Amino acid sequence: MRELTSNELLYIAGAMRWTILLSLVSLACGMLGGLILALARTSHVRVLRLSVVAYFKVMQGTPLLMQIFMAFFLPGVFGFDVNPFLAAAAALSLHASAFLGDIWRGCIEEVPKGQREAARALALPYIVTTLWVIIPQAVRLAVPPSVGFLVQLIKGTSLTALVGFVEITRAAQIVNNATFKPFVIFSFVCACYFIVCWPLSLFSRYLEGRMRIPSH
Amino acid sequence: MKKLQQAADTKANRELQSEAIIRLSGVGKWYGQFQVLRDIDLAVRKGERIVVCGPSGSGKSTMIRCINRLEEHQQGKIVVDGIELNSNIRNIDEIRKEVGMVFQHFNLFPHLTILQNCTLAPIWVRHMRKSDAEKVAMHYLERVKIPEQANKYPGQLSGGQQQRVAIARALCMNPKIMLFDEPTSALDPEMVKEVLDTMVSLAEEGMTMLCVTHEMGFARQVADRVIFMDAGQIVETNSPEQFFNNPRHDRSKLFLKQLLH
Repeated sequence: MRELTSNELLYIAGAMRWTILLSLVSLACGMLGGLILALARTSHVRVLRLSVVAYFKVMQGTPLLMQIFMAFFLPGVFGFDVNPFLAAAAALSLHASAFLGDIWRGCIEEVPKGQREAARALALPYIVTTLWVIIPQAVRLAVPPSVGFLVQLIKGTSLTALVGFVEITRAAQIVNNATFKPFVIFSFVCACYFIVCWPLSLFSRYLEGRMRIPSH
Repeated sequence: MKKLQQAADTKANRELQSEAIIRLSGVGKWYGQFQVLRDIDLAVRKGERIVVCGPSGSGKSTMIRCINRLEEHQQGKIVVDGIELNSNIRNIDEIRKEVGMVFQHFNLFPHLTILQNCTLAPIWVRHMRKSDAEKVAMHYLERVKIPEQANKYPGQLSGGQQQRVAIARALCMNPKIMLFDEPTSALDPEMVKEVLDTMVSLAEEGMTMLCVTHEMGFARQVADRVIFMDAGQIVETNSPEQFFNNPRHDRSKLFLKQLLH
């Protein structure tokens, strides 16, 4: 047995950088994928719409942990050696793209029908309508649910501990195995997650206020 | 000689005028099993002002929305400014460039300023420089008498002001035809006049206009023809004078009677 000292706690807190890095990478890839999926889901091309729906259903209907297992173990079946970080990032990105894509699809559809009609009546091309009329209005609706999902995603990175990626949860398990002080250690881990996630909801509220459209 | 010349001129003029800028022939449309437009025939000359009225659900909005393809017709032929409306996207865009539309609920872009609302299409569709588009926008905002609101957002304006901006936004594309889909129906009563005044002045300048409206004063004042629709059909086409004082059809009589009470 080892003593639980500030060094051990610092080691755990230090592993938070991997949690954050993993969240940022998955968020960036997930946002890009989500945007493409949301536009495809609301397009006029039937095949596109249906394949995106199928993707949403599969990703939303299976546990994140299984998706991480798939990303980690599947390449091994074909003889590829996978880096745990890449496997975790890939799984979380695909997961995020499915959820963000569906959230944003809803926001795009929430923009009143008349907005698109006015744009069509003015002969605005699809790309201009999307970038100048629809997205700016959809973004305002999308902030609260997207930040909510981001918080879920950050907490979801803890599952990657199960494929041996040493982020904060895995680091805490390692320290716990040596010191056996689970209550202190896992409370500390909770506090670390909370410190990262709580400001995000404050930021969300700030953004909502800033983006409010002036009216009387 | 001079007289002959003049006669020839007026004849040419008449021919020019009689040329239809919008022509609907045998237009039909269904929503599923339900037929919303039945065999619509309508020719609109350049500079003509037409008021379309009729009970709700009679297809009047659907008809004018077919003219710029916000709705698709399934039967017959629509030709606007010499271009036939079909599934050809380039044709649709060419027509939309020449046809301005004003909606019942304004449909201004709430996140853009009044000026940006007016310059968006000229910049991206007419490829005007921003400064030129802004000049044009200010010109039309002055015409609808709200240049001082240019930097506000739609939500900061009254309904009447918003509808006047919507008219200015359509005019900024310099359209040949203006479609109005119940432009005053969503307004508080005290704001109806300012919008109608704007429409009257537009009519006086010779704009080709198709207005779906129940404003009978407006119809009397500016319409060349009143079209009465019921159950997806054009029931009566008449001069406003004749239509209001001496309607030909029982259905029109009933409608006018209900409108008066």
